[in-house]
Amino acid sequence: MSSTATIPAQTTAPRVYRDYGRPAWRRILFTRESAVIGLLILVIIGATFGVRNFGSPITMTYLLLDVAPILLIALPMTLVIITGEIDLSVASMVGLSSVLVGILHQGGLPIPAAAAVAIIAGAVGGALNGFLVTAVGLPSLAVTIGTLALYRGLAVGLLGTTAVTDFDEFWTSLAKSKIGETGIPSIMIPFVLLAIVFAVLLHFTPFGRGIFAIGLSPDAATFSGVNVNRTKMILFILTGTLSAFAGIYYTLRFGSARGDNATGLELQVIAAVLLGGVSIFGGRGALHGVIAGVLLIGVLASALRLANVTSDVINIITGVLLVLSVVSASFLAWLQKKRQGPGRLKRGRTPAAKA
Amino acid sequence: MLIHNRFSGKTRVGAIAALAVSVALLASGCSANTDGGTTAGGDAGSANLAVTFLPKNLGNPYFDTSDKGGETAVNEFGGTFAQVGPAEASPDAQVSYINTLTQQGVGAIVVSANDPKAIGDALNEARDAGIKVVTYDSDTEAQFRDVFINQADSAGIAKVQVDMIAEQIGDAGEIAILSASANATNQNAWIELMKADLAENHPDITLVETVYGDDDDQTSFDKTAALLQTHPNLKGIVSPTTVGIAAAARYLQTSDFKGKVALTGLGTPNQLRDYIDDGTMTAFALWNPADLGYLAAFAAKALIVGDITGAEGDTFEAGKLGSYTVGADSVVLLGDPYVFNKDNIADFDF
Repeated sequence: MSSTATIPAQTTAPRVYRDYGRPAWRRILFTRESAVIGLLILVIIGATFGVRNFGSPITMTYLLLDVAPILLIALPMTLVIITGEIDLSVASMVGLSSVLVGILHQGGLPIPAAAAVAIIAGAVGGALNGFLVTAVGLPSLAVTIGTLALYRGLAVGLLGTTAVTDFDEFWTSLAKSKIGETGIPSIMIPFVLLAIVFAVLLHFTPFGRGIFAIGLSPDAATFSGVNVNRTKMILFILTGTLSAFAGIYYTLRFGSARGDNATGLELQVIAAVLLGGVSIFGGRGALHGVIAGVLLIGVLASALRLANVTSDVINIITGVLLVLSVVSASFLAWLQKKRQGPGRLKRGRTPAAKA
Repeated sequence: MLIHNRFSGKTRVGAIAALAVSVALLASGCSANTDGGTTAGGDAGSANLAVTFLPKNLGNPYFDTSDKGGETAVNEFGGTFAQVGPAEASPDAQVSYINTLTQQGVGAIVVSANDPKAIGDALNEARDAGIKVVTYDSDTEAQFRDVFINQADSAGIAKVQVDMIAEQIGDAGEIAILSASANATNQNAWIELMKADLAENHPDITLVETVYGDDDDQTSFDKTAALLQTHPNLKGIVSPTTVGIAAAARYLQTSDFKGKVALTGLGTPNQLRDYIDDGTMTAFALWNPADLGYLAAFAAKALIVGDITGAEGDTFEAGKLGSYTVGADSVVLLGDPYVFNKDNIADFDF
């Protein structure tokens, strides 16, 4: 409490104080994103010492191979959720693009051409989501529940319950290849590049500020000159495209194109995004937090599997973690609001008056 | 006000720290119970007899039965048994588990493949790390595993069904077959073998018709009704499909034909228990999943200690089941299908 003296007297708006009055190290350290990163580091350290076989290079390889599709889709999903929308059709798009690659390759198309068609299909699928949300004005939750069923239905309908497995060794081993002797999968190269692009897009461009503005208030964003519909359209196309990319990776990694590939992946993606500090109500979030969230879930699953914990218990633990993180976020927001009182910007509620 | 602001910052940190600690505790708590458990027992000098079963999915009574058989075997030869697996029967989930077992360095993985190809590379990585791979129940392509334990071959399946129906109808009279779909490869292969066996060894039995229920319960039910209408002298029905046999049994149970028309074929004990108990059926066949798991575990052990390499002609001992020989393509055949009847059905739950 002795620190009261150091607080500049002219600060009347707590919000302003909180954002700018605190020392930089506190602003950086005490955010949700930092908390997730800290938690990730804690869990990694705990697993390295607590779980046998976790602290080996091969663990990192398998871990990154496992989370790669989640990481890829989480990038655009973060932006979509920050605008206050959601895309539940991503995993179905993974399945559909997987099937497309399989069928086209079986029909004689080389992998790059088949992959290009799948990516175009992903963009078209995303555009359909975007069209229904922006032009028709339907809620994205309803739209993408529909296209979740539609894309999955198309995938299973096209290929049935069979699988296409005759892919060239070159492409399947490329999907699993590592960068030199590091043990880091090559898929991390496009991922890191994409992550940088998305981070710049979200945090350092007018387009990104528009995304946050839409999430906070679409009306206010519209009045400040943000093209809400165009922004959302672009984001849905991006989600579809990257889901297709993930589908191609999925197909090649397992050497198997199946209609039921990646079933349920959408929930893992959304769970990781929310764990990473993105508000499901929109307007709040950061990409580094999301990446940490994805890795946290991946590390936990990997460590628990290594510890011979059964899959249902792993689901329970990640579920509890997710609920805790969401609950703690809204609990803290509520606490903050309560402490600040209803009229925090009103005159007379200065520190002096309160004291 | 400002104090409160600072304070809420601390509260937040506190809450996050609590969260972190709870997760860390969870993680370490879970790891604690494994060190004494089922991690690889690969001590220098002795063979690594850690055998892990990876069924298609967990919570499946069929695999619970087979893996229990595996556990019995592993305990008999003094190894370490573990069973892991995904909740849903998907190949990508199995790959994660195979990777995990590779990291743990178990002695052998005994796996029922959800896809003949998709888990292949992961299995090969495991084998590169010195782990033996046995498939059971559902095989991968041959290049991905050391040995496949085949539950039954076509000749054995065909023969046991002919033997059962012949015994039940006194080796004479009209019979019919209720199959799955007209283009089901395995069913058709069995039916051809059954026809040959009937012609050769059972001259007094006449196969009057083969009908197809398309592996659909209602269609199979209706086809059974039609068969009995069309052939009033019918003495028995053979249904080499688990869907068909259950539907036919359901029809017979409530009809005048109960106990007069024999029904047999391939089914599971849980499906047909009631019909055996009330006398609608007397016997049907499948393989014994417990024996399948038992044999798979012994094959894994034989691979680990170097008794076999998977080459054709290799032989190994499998405890109570006796001696086995590795056949072509590194396949080991469990043996003749297992006949379930009133005397033994209570021993099974799958």
